[in-house]
Amino acid sequence: MNAPDIAASLEAQFGPRIKSKKLDAIDPFVVVDPADLVEVCRFLRDDPRLQFDLLNCISGVDYLELDPKKAPKAGYEPHLEVVYHLSSFPHKHRFVVKLILPRWKENKAGDMPVVPSVTSQWAAADWHEREVYDLSGVWFDGHPDLRRILLSEDWAGHPLRKDYEFPLEYHGIRGR
Amino acid sequence: MGWVEGRFEENFITTTLEQAINWARESSMWPMTFGLACCAIEMMATGASRYDMDRFGAGAFRATPRQADLMIVAGTVNYKMASRVRRLYNQMPDPKFVIAMGACTCGGGPYYKYGYNVVKGVDLVVPVDVYVPGCPPRPEALLEGLMRIQDKVKGMRYLTKNQPIEVPIPARTGYVQLPPELDDPNPLKAMEKQLAFAKKTKEEAAPSKA
Repeated sequence: MNAPDIAASLEAQFGPRIKSKKLDAIDPFVVVDPADLVEVCRFLRDDPRLQFDLLNCISGVDYLELDPKKAPKAGYEPHLEVVYHLSSFPHKHRFVVKLILPRWKENKAGDMPVVPSVTSQWAAADWHEREVYDLSGVWFDGHPDLRRILLSEDWAGHPLRKDYEFPLEYHGIRGR
Repeated sequence: MGWVEGRFEENFITTTLEQAINWARESSMWPMTFGLACCAIEMMATGASRYDMDRFGAGAFRATPRQADLMIVAGTVNYKMASRVRRLYNQMPDPKFVIAMGACTCGGGPYYKYGYNVVKGVDLVVPVDVYVPGCPPRPEALLEGLMRIQDKVKGMRYLTKNQPIEVPIPARTGYVQLPPELDDPNPLKAMEKQLAFAKKTKEEAAPSKA
């Protein structure tokens, strides 16, 4: 199946719950609501025409222009995206599902946006979600063991956020 | 060795105990098997047959810090690893020596500005004897660093009395201290002051049309 067919079957199944789609991109994608994510993923994995049995990766993307002069021209409001790259071995096709989230939950800095975990669908999501949590600061609800995977346990902040401030020192070691 | 030299039969060498110990020590530096990143590949090449670190007695890479007396920190040290590096250093028996191999361990290297997780030089964690810059350094450079360590061992005076206490190797610690006229509690204002200062000195240093 090619990307328009996959998007069409998703729209046939979920209708308006597929928020938007972009099929002329290099990696064609649809955007869904975080609340619908697990259901969409289950459909993508279990439908005999789709059979997305491989979760390639989960990425967190921070859209934020720090320079106030460039911000109006940036072309986007500050937000956070979580991107799921999926592949199917039986059908040899690929697809991308995106979530659009606020940078902070209810605009309260420090409160991570919450996304349902897809570890129930793909076991590979376990470490991917831990990495996104670690570096981008997204909370995955229902993850069995959500702790930092790359940085040390007592690290403060999420370094791949654009407004992250580097630590001045860490356990007595000068940072800058 | 002065008056005793040549007074005995052949193959009889006189020296001081200290020189003998230093000679033995420098000719059998045992490095620790300890590679953190890409520099470790170059360290392995140095130990392998083409460059053959064993020619200088330092080919016996030990798998435990307790048998090693040379730590070659080969590769990027990040904050998570720094405590382990420190512990390995503490576990080594005295006298111990450290080579900081590569740009990352010398001072952060390419990660100096945007590496949120990289220690800006391993000398913030352990005292370093020899810095071998490069990204990564050639095996020849590491061998040169090893020879500078051997020079250092050769100069050790552990048994001679009344030697001045060796000053610890200068380590960079703490924050960068700025003069009060350039510092400000608000980092943005401090940066503005420093920029203005830099601009002023640059303008003053510029050649004027006479």
